[in-house]
Amino acid sequence: MIRAVLASALVVLTTAAMLLPWAALQELWQRDPALGATVLLELRLPRLLLALGYGATLGITGAALQALFANPLASPDITGSSSGAALGAVAGGYWLGWSQPLALAGCGMAGALLALILLLALAGRRADTATLLLAGLAISLAAGAMTSLSLALAPSPFAFYDSFDWLMGSLVDRSLEQATTALIPAALACGWLLARTPSLDALALGEDVAGSLGHHPERIRREVVVASALAVGACVSVCGAVGFIGLIAPVLARRLTGGHPGRALWPAALLGAALLLSADLLTRLAPLGRTIPLGVVTATLGTPLFLWLLLRMRWRLAP
Amino acid sequence: MTPLLEAQAVSVSGRLEPTSLQLGAGTLTALIGPNGSGKTSLLRALAGVELTSGSVRIAGESLGQASPARRRALLSFLPASRDVTWPISARDVIALGLSSPDPSRVAELVDLLELGSLADRPVDRLSTGERARVLLARALASKPRLLLLDEPLSNLDPYWVLRTLALVQAAVGSDTAALVSLHDLSHLPQFDRAILVHRGWPVLDGSPEQMRTSPALVDAFRVRLGSDWRIEG
Repeated sequence: MIRAVLASALVVLTTAAMLLPWAALQELWQRDPALGATVLLELRLPRLLLALGYGATLGITGAALQALFANPLASPDITGSSSGAALGAVAGGYWLGWSQPLALAGCGMAGALLALILLLALAGRRADTATLLLAGLAISLAAGAMTSLSLALAPSPFAFYDSFDWLMGSLVDRSLEQATTALIPAALACGWLLARTPSLDALALGEDVAGSLGHHPERIRREVVVASALAVGACVSVCGAVGFIGLIAPVLARRLTGGHPGRALWPAALLGAALLLSADLLTRLAPLGRTIPLGVVTATLGTPLFLWLLLRMRWRLAP
Repeated sequence: MTPLLEAQAVSVSGRLEPTSLQLGAGTLTALIGPNGSGKTSLLRALAGVELTSGSVRIAGESLGQASPARRRALLSFLPASRDVTWPISARDVIALGLSSPDPSRVAELVDLLELGSLADRPVDRLSTGERARVLLARALASKPRLLLLDEPLSNLDPYWVLRTLALVQAAVGSDTAALVSLHDLSHLPQFDRAILVHRGWPVLDGSPEQMRTSPALVDAFRVRLGSDWRIEG
C-alpha cells in the first residue's frame, strides 16, 4: 500500500518534471515542435533521469551504510564519501585535464572509496555515533576545502565558478551521455547492494549473530564500502555532492519496514528518488527569479529532520 | 554414539588456544572462568563467528558448510551484548530467530518470557534486562540442537535469573544441548557439567561438584569458596 503510494507519487513527480512549466513548453511547441522535442529529450530527460537515479543511489547507499555501521546517521555525505568523490572528480577534470565522463566517474569512485577507507581507519568498524560523526566531518571538511582549493588554483581561471556545482550539486544542462555514464555504474552497484539485503538484515542484531548464521561480516563490509563508493562516485562525478538525501531517505524508509535496516533499501531508493526530484523541481519552479543550488534546497529541507533525529537519539541514550 | 557437538582443535589467535570439545545430547554445560579468560572466544568459535583454525560439527554436520537456514536449526548464539541499534519491535526481533515466519511460535515465546506488554514496543526503548529476555527468546525461537549462550543471566533480576535457568533447562531435551557461560558460581549445581577456562585454555572439565572443590578453580579465580566467597591470599 505504502509502496504503491510512493510509486504513484514518483509517477506524478516525473510527469511534472518533464512537463512543467507547462505554458513555456506549450509555447515552444507551438512555435517549433522539433525544438520542443529537443528540449524534452536533451534537457529535461537527462535531468529527470539524474534526479531519479542519483536520488535512488543516495537512498540505497545511505541505507546500506547505516545498516553496516549500525548507525542511523551514517550516509554518503556524513561519512565524507560524497565530498571525497567530488575531490576525486575535480582533481581528474581540472588538474589531469580529463574530460571523458567515464574517466571522471573513475576519479569520483576512487575519491569516494578513499574517503570511506579513511573513515574506517579513523573511526573503526562499529564506531559510536560521536566518533563516526567527527571522523566523517573531518573528512568532508578536508575534502571540501581541498576541492575549493583545487578549483581556485586550477589552470582554468573560470574553474572556481564551478565550485558551487561540485559542493552543492547541480543537475542543470547535463547531457544524456553524462547521465548514462553516471547511472549505469550506479545502477549496477546499487543492484549489488540490493542483493545483500538478507545479509544487511542479519546485521541488525550485531555482527556476532550475523556470523553465527553463516553471514560473513568482513565480506559484507568490503562489499558495501566498495559498492557504495562506486555508486556515489559515479553520480557525484556528474552532478556534484548533494547532501541530506542519503541521510533522510533511509530514516524515513525504516519507518515503513518496522525498523529493519536491510529491507529498507528498496523503499529508501524510492524515497530518495522522490526527494531529490522534488528538490530539483523546487529549484526550477520556485518563483524566486534566480537559480538556487540543489544542495541548498536539500539542506534547508533536511536540517530539521536531521535535528529531529538527533533529539530522538538523545532521548533514547538518556531516558 | 556420536556427540551432538564435536569441536576439533578450535582456536582464536591470541585469545583461545587449540581446544577440542565434545558435548553430548541432553546435557546442560556451564562455561566458567575469570574475565578475559576466553569464554566468549570459545563460544564465538563454536558458533562459527570467529575461528582461526579447527572445525566444528553439530549433529554430524560441518558448520562451515551449513546454509543460514540450516544453521538456525543447528545452533543459536546469544552474544553477551544486549545492544540493538534499530527500533524493531520485540515481536519482530524474536521472529528474526526463525527461518520462515511462524506467528504461533513467536506468540508462544512472548508468553513464555512474559513479554506480552512489551511485544510491540521497539527493543531500543526497552530496559537492558527486558531486552535480554527478548534476545533470549530470539535464540530459543528455532528450537536449535545446540544453544550457545554468553552470560544469559547477567542484567536480570532474581526472578528472571531463576526463570531463565529453568527455561534453558527445559529447552535441553534428549536431542539438544546447551553451553552457557556464567559468572555466578552458585548456579553451578543446576548444571550437568562444567568447563573452566583460564588464560585461553580449558583447564578443567568435570562435574559441578568436582569444580567447586578443585584447586584449579581457586587458582583461576583467586577466590576461595567456604561458607562464603573469600579473596585468596
